Amino acid sequence: MRSHAERAGERLTGGPATAGPRCRRQWNALLREPGTALGLFLVVTLLTAGLLAPWIPLADPTEINLPERLLSPSLEHPLGTDHLGRDTLSRIIHGTRTTLLAAAATLLLSMTIAVTVGMLSGYYGGWPDTALMGVVDLLLAFPSLILALAVAGALGPGLLNVLLAVGAVWWVGHARIIRGITLGERQMGYVTAARAAGAGDLRIILRHIAPNILGQIVVLASLDVGWIILGVAGLSFLGLGAQPPTPEWGAMLNDARPHLQTAPHLLLLPGAAIFVAVLGFNLVGDGLRDLLDPRLRRLGD
Amino acid sequence: MGAYVARRLATLPLLLLGISAVSFALLSLAPGDPAETILRQRNPGQMPSPAAVAALRAEMGLDAPLPAQYVRWMSRALGGDMGRSYLTEQPVAAQLARRTVPTAMLTAAALGLALLLAVPMGILSARRRGGAVDAVVRVVALVGASASSYALAFGLIILFAVKLSWLPAVGYGSAAQIVLPAIALSLAPMAQLTRLIRGSILDVLGQDYIRTARAKGLTEKAVLMGHALRNALLPAIGATGVFLAHLLGGAVIIETIFTWPGLGQLIVGAALTRDYPVVQGFVTYLAVVVLLVNLATDIALRVANPRLRYERGQV
Repeated sequence: MRSHAERAGERLTGGPATAGPRCRRQWNALLREPGTALGLFLVVTLLTAGLLAPWIPLADPTEINLPERLLSPSLEHPLGTDHLGRDTLSRIIHGTRTTLLAAAATLLLSMTIAVTVGMLSGYYGGWPDTALMGVVDLLLAFPSLILALAVAGALGPGLLNVLLAVGAVWWVGHARIIRGITLGERQMGYVTAARAAGAGDLRIILRHIAPNILGQIVVLASLDVGWIILGVAGLSFLGLGAQPPTPEWGAMLNDARPHLQTAPHLLLLPGAAIFVAVLGFNLVGDGLRDLLDPRLRRLGD
Repeated sequence: MGAYVARRLATLPLLLLGISAVSFALLSLAPGDPAETILRQRNPGQMPSPAAVAALRAEMGLDAPLPAQYVRWMSRALGGDMGRSYLTEQPVAAQLARRTVPTAMLTAAALGLALLLAVPMGILSARRRGGAVDAVVRVVALVGASASSYALAFGLIILFAVKLSWLPAVGYGSAAQIVLPAIALSLAPMAQLTRLIRGSILDVLGQDYIRTARAKGLTEKAVLMGHALRNALLPAIGATGVFLAHLLGGAVIIETIFTWPGLGQLIVGAALTRDYPVVQGFVTYLAVVVLLVNLATDIALRVANPRLRYERGQV
């Protein structure tokens, strides 16, 4: 038998007694949507492949073997080889790793900027808000891919520079939404109560508002992964991102262009990989949005 | 209305100043010395002497402080002189002008195609919500939003140009050559527009005035076409600027694949070779276009939606 105090503690902290069934209920709700279930399956498969790529017994994705170039699929090379005789299956799977790491880093960068700008702007208002939102409106009017292209061009080719470029332009739309959410939270009773209890601005932002809007931020981020993958792969395809011999889907498409007539599968495979990844993350993002934050539903549609 | 347009036009120079200053600063802070780049272009394989680099820097005004450089660039740009490309040494303004027509043709064709498909799909899907048509349309929209335009472009080339030989794969000039790039480019905006129109029709159909229209005995078709559609299309008009941005962004990649001689191809080449005057000129030029399109969109919204005209006493 557990003591009374223990049970009271669980009630206060929302411990396992309450969190367990709620968690499971949400998880079941997610899986009930066939689209979301498919998305979760795709994402989990990709994450597994990406994380485990170095330990899967595959051919070296960067080993050049010119006598075996442009081979059709065979037992030894299930998806054939590219123009330098490298194993396509191995490059696709290692490309998953590159793509997912790049997307995660870009997402982290852009969401950090968006949350900082959005929360400060929404919380403080006044001239900092006017100035920051002026910058946001300026950037929002602009095609983000072209802006990223200009930034990546200025920084020079390279995957890291593309991450910085995409991260530096992607945050603007989110900053506006997070500002709106923060603005709404600031009017809530619990913020007034915290201020009455003597909490400073920073403490209110970090300890009171941030935990309350975290769910909405996660939804925003999850809806974004697909776009970021498309952006990073697009810039790599144009030659600005991942440099040879790094296995990356966009760069693989670029490599395969001269062999369009003779080996179309070299273009179709990375293209399909990008599609599957973006589809998977979009499905999961839609599912999370419907589950966690019905209020955001309209923003995405 | 006139006062509103005048007020909006007055803020344009300010926004432009902001965008051009940011892009100018960004490119000036970028690594690499333009004078050295140009000298390497002129004498390939040779290391330019420091004296020659310094002389060219002085000639180009690169030794002046950054704000002074910007003021000089801006005052020339106002007169239509955006400098010369480092690479081809051609005037940037002339290059931008020459490449505007192909890009405008391509984006217009793609936007037209997207609207042609998205409006009926959105309406059908909303009318038969939850039915088979709705399910198909939603899957099409989702797939369209997830497929990358470049993967689709290659799929189209492989199928229609290589396997079937129905259409030319690349090039510019004939009507047949615009078909494949326009389809590839229209995919993403088509998907987004479909979702947007479906959502906004469903929103509008829940309003009181629709119930009134139904109650007075109008057919469902009359309700939809006469009452719902006009209001439902407002968000789509409002989002035109966003779609234009998507189209222009997509055009960068599509033009490269189909060797379409437009602005996208120009900027990719310039970004890869760090041809900063071209990038700078392009960014500023694009800012003008996007800001003007946004203005036109807002005016169109006011024409379509009289309620907006009375906002803050503006008529």
